[in-house]
Amino acid sequence: MEQFLTFGIVGLSTAAIYAVIGSGLVLTYVTTGVFNFAHGAAGMLAAFCYWQFTVGWGWPVPVALAVVLLVLAPGFGLAVERVLMRPVQHLGEAERLVMTVALLSGAIAGARWIWDPNVPRPLRVFFADREPFHIGPATVTWHQALTMTVAVAVAAGLWFLLNRTRTGTEMRATVDDRSLARLTGADPLRAGRVAWILGTQLAAVGGILIAPTVALDASQLSLLIVSAYTAAVFGRLRSLPLTFLGAVVVGCLESYLTGYLPQNDYLPGLRLAAPALLLFLALLLFRHPRLRGRDRRLVQVPAPPLRGTLVFAASTVAFAVVLATVLGEADLVTYGTIFPLGIVALSYIPLAGYAGQISLCQLSMAGIGAVVWGHLGSHGGLWALAAAIAVSAAAGALIAVPALRFSGVYLALGTAAFAVVLDRWIFTLPSFEVLGVRIALFDQGSVEMAAPNLFGLRLDSAAELTVLAAVFLGLASLGVAWLRRSGFGRRLIALRDSEAAYATLGGNLLVAKVLVFALSAGIAGLGGALWGMQQRSITAEQFNLIAGLPIFLVAVIGGLGAVGNGLFAGTAFVGPNILIGLASWTQNIISLLPALAGMGLGHSPEGIISRFRREWEPLGRDRIALPALLGALTLGWVLRLTDVINGWTLLLGSLVLAYALRGYASARQAPQAEPDVPVEWWGVRRPWRPQDGEVLARGTAGS
Amino acid sequence: MNALLELRDVRAAHDGITVLHGVDLSVAAGQVVALLGPNGAGKTTTLRLAAGIHPAQSGQLLLGGRDVTGVDARDLARAGVCLIPEGRGVFPNLSVRDNLQMMTFTGRTRAEIEEIAYTRFPVLASRASQTAGTLSGGEQQMLALARGLATDPAVLLLDELSMGLAPLIVTKLYEQVAEIARQGVAVLIVEQFAAAVLGIADHAAVLVRGRVELQGSPDGGLRDELSALYLGSSA
Repeated sequence: MEQFLTFGIVGLSTAAIYAVIGSGLVLTYVTTGVFNFAHGAAGMLAAFCYWQFTVGWGWPVPVALAVVLLVLAPGFGLAVERVLMRPVQHLGEAERLVMTVALLSGAIAGARWIWDPNVPRPLRVFFADREPFHIGPATVTWHQALTMTVAVAVAAGLWFLLNRTRTGTEMRATVDDRSLARLTGADPLRAGRVAWILGTQLAAVGGILIAPTVALDASQLSLLIVSAYTAAVFGRLRSLPLTFLGAVVVGCLESYLTGYLPQNDYLPGLRLAAPALLLFLALLLFRHPRLRGRDRRLVQVPAPPLRGTLVFAASTVAFAVVLATVLGEADLVTYGTIFPLGIVALSYIPLAGYAGQISLCQLSMAGIGAVVWGHLGSHGGLWALAAAIAVSAAAGALIAVPALRFSGVYLALGTAAFAVVLDRWIFTLPSFEVLGVRIALFDQGSVEMAAPNLFGLRLDSAAELTVLAAVFLGLASLGVAWLRRSGFGRRLIALRDSEAAYATLGGNLLVAKVLVFALSAGIAGLGGALWGMQQRSITAEQFNLIAGLPIFLVAVIGGLGAVGNGLFAGTAFVGPNILIGLASWTQNIISLLPALAGMGLGHSPEGIISRFRREWEPLGRDRIALPALLGALTLGWVLRLTDVINGWTLLLGSLVLAYALRGYASARQAPQAEPDVPVEWWGVRRPWRPQDGEVLARGTAGS
Repeated sequence: MNALLELRDVRAAHDGITVLHGVDLSVAAGQVVALLGPNGAGKTTTLRLAAGIHPAQSGQLLLGGRDVTGVDARDLARAGVCLIPEGRGVFPNLSVRDNLQMMTFTGRTRAEIEEIAYTRFPVLASRASQTAGTLSGGEQQMLALARGLATDPAVLLLDELSMGLAPLIVTKLYEQVAEIARQGVAVLIVEQFAAAVLGIADHAAVLVRGRVELQGSPDGGLRDELSALYLGSSA
């Protein structure tokens, strides 16, 4: 009984922290409509700053607290609101979600840069020198008591703010209808600012309270928040009392699992994964009405021309051949990953681009594909690659079934929870048997990856594997382009535009969603298997949620509707490693890059690739510049192979030449490049010209 | 007559396409002006412009003789311009009580506002803690109109009050509007269906393709000319 009570107290004090963090999350959601994935990261940063001030620089605790909670946290919240959220306010839910994912990824990378993750950073609990007191048989430390008091105070304060003050009502009204809020004398900008300041402060309070009881680690702390998410989902992201109840359920569950879970090889991961599992269950069990929004803008998904895609696929392979012949074995281990990671990024196109389903677990699907190859492909048979695709596709179909109930931010949350369950539990399991079949995953260590055997030809070198991956990337890009042009692709886009309309037109939501999830998981699994082959041996950490976020971000920046995204995302994700060749300290900048680029999304929501295509199209159509460029590139390649020039000269030379020829080509096409204004827009989009009347008269005369 | 709200040669555009080509309109205190016209004539834009949500390209917006062109919607609202926008001017995720709380910006307390609203529309009292989005269309429109009552506006701008409502409810709502006007409020009503609103209007203006084509008292020959404009021949 005493043990039960003690675990109960521990659970309640953890619950109090989850409640504080979760209520901050609810606050920002109901007042800005943004589900802040980076909420935990804000708490993490606050905990690190607090450590820096108190332990690092020896400031007194009250001063450090005041600086963190009253200066840094509000400042951070304001900066997030001003720099990140305001530019995407008028865009869709997905773009806002991407911003917070970018912030999460960026905060983790930034914290690892500033605070070396290999140095332990202990934090003292509050009132550590006071004797714990007793309530009945249970012992309560002062830190626990403080935590619970803070939670109660936060609950009361927030309830009062939201329900009893005009500011609180204004904040909730703003997310409903911004222009109506202005008509009733409210200031939408102020409401947003207040929400971000308060939300960040609550995250900071939670972060500082929880940090002394766990290790101060950037990604661990950011993901501890999964428990707070679960609490918020219990409150359907709206109700504060239910959020507190959810926090108590999660906190006590974790605490009692620690105390009473039987000891064996299979279950320790379950305790770590419990909040994520509970999150998944809560998402499934409760209905989650979306906020009734009035602004939704969908990005167009252009149908790629088949010939263009064929050329693109061929150039992908050509690019790989150049890389494989020019780069040394050691460099290829790095840059060869452009192609398999590109395949993983490509898997977002049908799922997120066409069908509008945001999944954050694509890299986990890649992990499943890699593991299957590791165990079945030890002889290198290509059938094992098919098996890897099939098993990942099956896993994808498995997520699709519950995903029928979610959409938007809830789907992102559900898939993130799924990824966390895989990371913390399933991928850590030792091998086990189900119905006589031995199932092995990462076997609590690394898995050796064999080289594939192509009709008797063993592809063992990095160069061969790179070209193989590029061939598959080319084929997958072709497949995705063909999908967009097929009837199923059009149905997926209809589904994205309106699920209700899709269903009333006789479409089957279940079948469509299962198929598209399976398809994209299969593509990701293929990418994972090919990536693993290049790595020779893989571990579970390479496929976890946090590792997958940058790939997602880069894919979004490229434009989720563009088939060229596979090669783009792979190159953009791996390419910056070239900086390490110049200076090793750039490593941290490189890990920060995807996040920074993701934050720039507000400025080109349709993706970079479409802009890229517009800029380079003149060159592709030019009958002089294109052959000149191709000839020069071939020449450069031959010169490099014969060691006349080095790799840098080749790279820089090609870039300079390409840009110069692009300028030349667009200048040549400029004269006739006057935009083609449709007749009905004459005088509107361009000024009316005297000869226009003549043209119209001739046109209507039916000549 | 002294105009409380006045639009002088106002032009406005949507995405570069001019939709108002110089509109002149004025509404005096206590006057009900009906703004009629076919789809796409620019009626809603005119109202949004008068409330400050839509910018004017040129021309002037005057409130009580003062130039308020370009003033933010928020400040216009505080100065007494009340726009009930098209299609339920309520916050759908907020309760009725919270919606009423949003009307406190003119200095009245929530209790006073609740009393005014519940006296005029007793049905709202029984729905006080219900989410506004779940009210029936007529009830939502009553809640929206309550803002016109409770905030003591100088100018009331109504956009398609009748949209999607049963004729009986429309008649009731317009009685309330006439009552508001009798207290000295300048009322500008946009309507597609002329019959309902002409009963209470003192003056009517017909907007066609961004220009006021016709103005006059509804009792005069306006009705006939109006049907001519709508139907293309004199009916």
